[in-house]
Amino acid sequence: MGSDGGGTAAIQVTGFRKNYGSYAAVKGISFSVFRGEIFGLVGPNGAGKTTAIECLEGLRHPDGGTIRVLGLDPWESRRKLHARIGVQLQESAIAQQIKVREVLDLYRSFYSRTLDPDILMEQLGLEPLRDTRFQHLSGGQKQRLFIALALIHDPELLLLDELTTGLDPQGRRMIWERIQDLNRQGKTIVLTTHFMEEAERLCDRVLILDRGEILALDRPEILISGLSADHVVKVTIKGEFRLEWFEALPSVDKAEALKDRVTVSGRSDKLIPDVVGLLIEKKLRFYDLYTRQPNLEDVFLHLTGRQIRT
Amino acid sequence: MEALLKLTWTEAKLFLREPQAFFFTLFFPLVLLFVYGGINGNAPKSMYGGFGTVDVSVPSYTAMIIATSGLISIPVIIATYRESGVLRRFMATPLAPMTLLAADVFVIFVMTTMGMLLLIVSARIVFGLRFTGNILSLALAFSLSCLSFFSLGFVLSGLIRTARTAQIVGMTLFFPMIMLSGAAIPLETMPESIRVYSNFLPLTYVVKFLKGLWFGGTWAEHGTEVLVLAGLFVLGLAVTAKAFRWD
Repeated sequence: MGSDGGGTAAIQVTGFRKNYGSYAAVKGISFSVFRGEIFGLVGPNGAGKTTAIECLEGLRHPDGGTIRVLGLDPWESRRKLHARIGVQLQESAIAQQIKVREVLDLYRSFYSRTLDPDILMEQLGLEPLRDTRFQHLSGGQKQRLFIALALIHDPELLLLDELTTGLDPQGRRMIWERIQDLNRQGKTIVLTTHFMEEAERLCDRVLILDRGEILALDRPEILISGLSADHVVKVTIKGEFRLEWFEALPSVDKAEALKDRVTVSGRSDKLIPDVVGLLIEKKLRFYDLYTRQPNLEDVFLHLTGRQIRT
Repeated sequence: MEALLKLTWTEAKLFLREPQAFFFTLFFPLVLLFVYGGINGNAPKSMYGGFGTVDVSVPSYTAMIIATSGLISIPVIIATYRESGVLRRFMATPLAPMTLLAADVFVIFVMTTMGMLLLIVSARIVFGLRFTGNILSLALAFSLSCLSFFSLGFVLSGLIRTARTAQIVGMTLFFPMIMLSGAAIPLETMPESIRVYSNFLPLTYVVKFLKGLWFGGTWAEHGTEVLVLAGLFVLGLAVTAKAFRWD
């Protein structure tokens, strides 16, 4: 209990390695996931995220190190573990001709204790689709069905691989809300994503993985503030103003104006409220306000010198 | 147990929703029966030892249905499940993988049996089908033939990666085999030069076995067929145990 300081660990990984032939997909990584947190495995495609999560799920055999999920060895105690975890696989499907309600009923029969499928369908907006065949569902509907399948046995721990890939922004937001709800109900959630925005929005802690190695592991806001990268505000002002007003703000490091377009930057996260406060205080009429705050993408860029999407 | 029942029921529904499986297992043999039965009738012929064309066709078409199940249905279903990730998803549940295979084998066996029963009932009503064998012996011979061809299907599933390939390989094996084994066209009507090749086709032994028992033969009289089919079953199981992969 509590050997990691931050509560009991749902997952403990020590020196975990996985090779495919001579290619080292995961190169000896160690980390813990605490009960009740949303933990993100983030990184570009090919970073080793899926390999890592599939070893946690007991679907692949690690080549070295130890993995404990809910106290179990995922490979040795697969079926025992599968009764307690809910998974969403990246490359998986269900039979094309099966109906939504049928597949939920089928998966229910695999577990000893399950949730009411009607309530689950209701919560995930699948109720109107109960008699629709899998092949006729849209990408977002399929994804919601996969989440329903991951939840049908009310698992303690959810392992979700790229759960919003291929969804439109609206579908993505809906899934994010469901994940946050589940987390509030006390479920531990591990997810992989290459969307840094998703990781930043959802995760209590993120592990940044690149080429099979851990680059960083912390709360997103700590990783971002550790960057000491610039916050930027650009605004167009109608009427008289003086650049010195902006320069006098403690959070501003640099202010410049090009005609009526003002650009200020600074490393403090108070920059944006300070600038907006000043505009209001001086009763300036302004428009085209643009702000840019450092985010996890900048963290990745800083750590690797590469954009995550390339 | 609940999982096995549910899975079996679901797989049965899915089988019937696949137009192709439905067609070749349940419908195509009936089409042949009505076309050839319509042309030839079922009057006794000396070539068939005093039985009619329909009488000898029903056990032969049954062999054809068994070939459909083994060479096409099983490899296509398993390759589709593997290729699309259905098997992977099942692997992430407490379900034992063997339960899925057991459900599939059972469903395909039931569908094969249904195909045969449809043939028998239709031929009996329309053409006055004659049967002079022992029902139990025939049922056991049918079951052995199924086991033998299903195991062949699992061997193919182990070798074939995609549903498309399974489809093509299945058809490529299926059509020449039903043509040259006596399953679709009676061997009695073929020249000796072609009949020679039929001895190399496993389906020929199913046709001989079922036809023999249909007209009163016994298992003892068909030692060769029993040996070939049982051997094929054991060999298929051994290869499957070694080569079958879930992903």
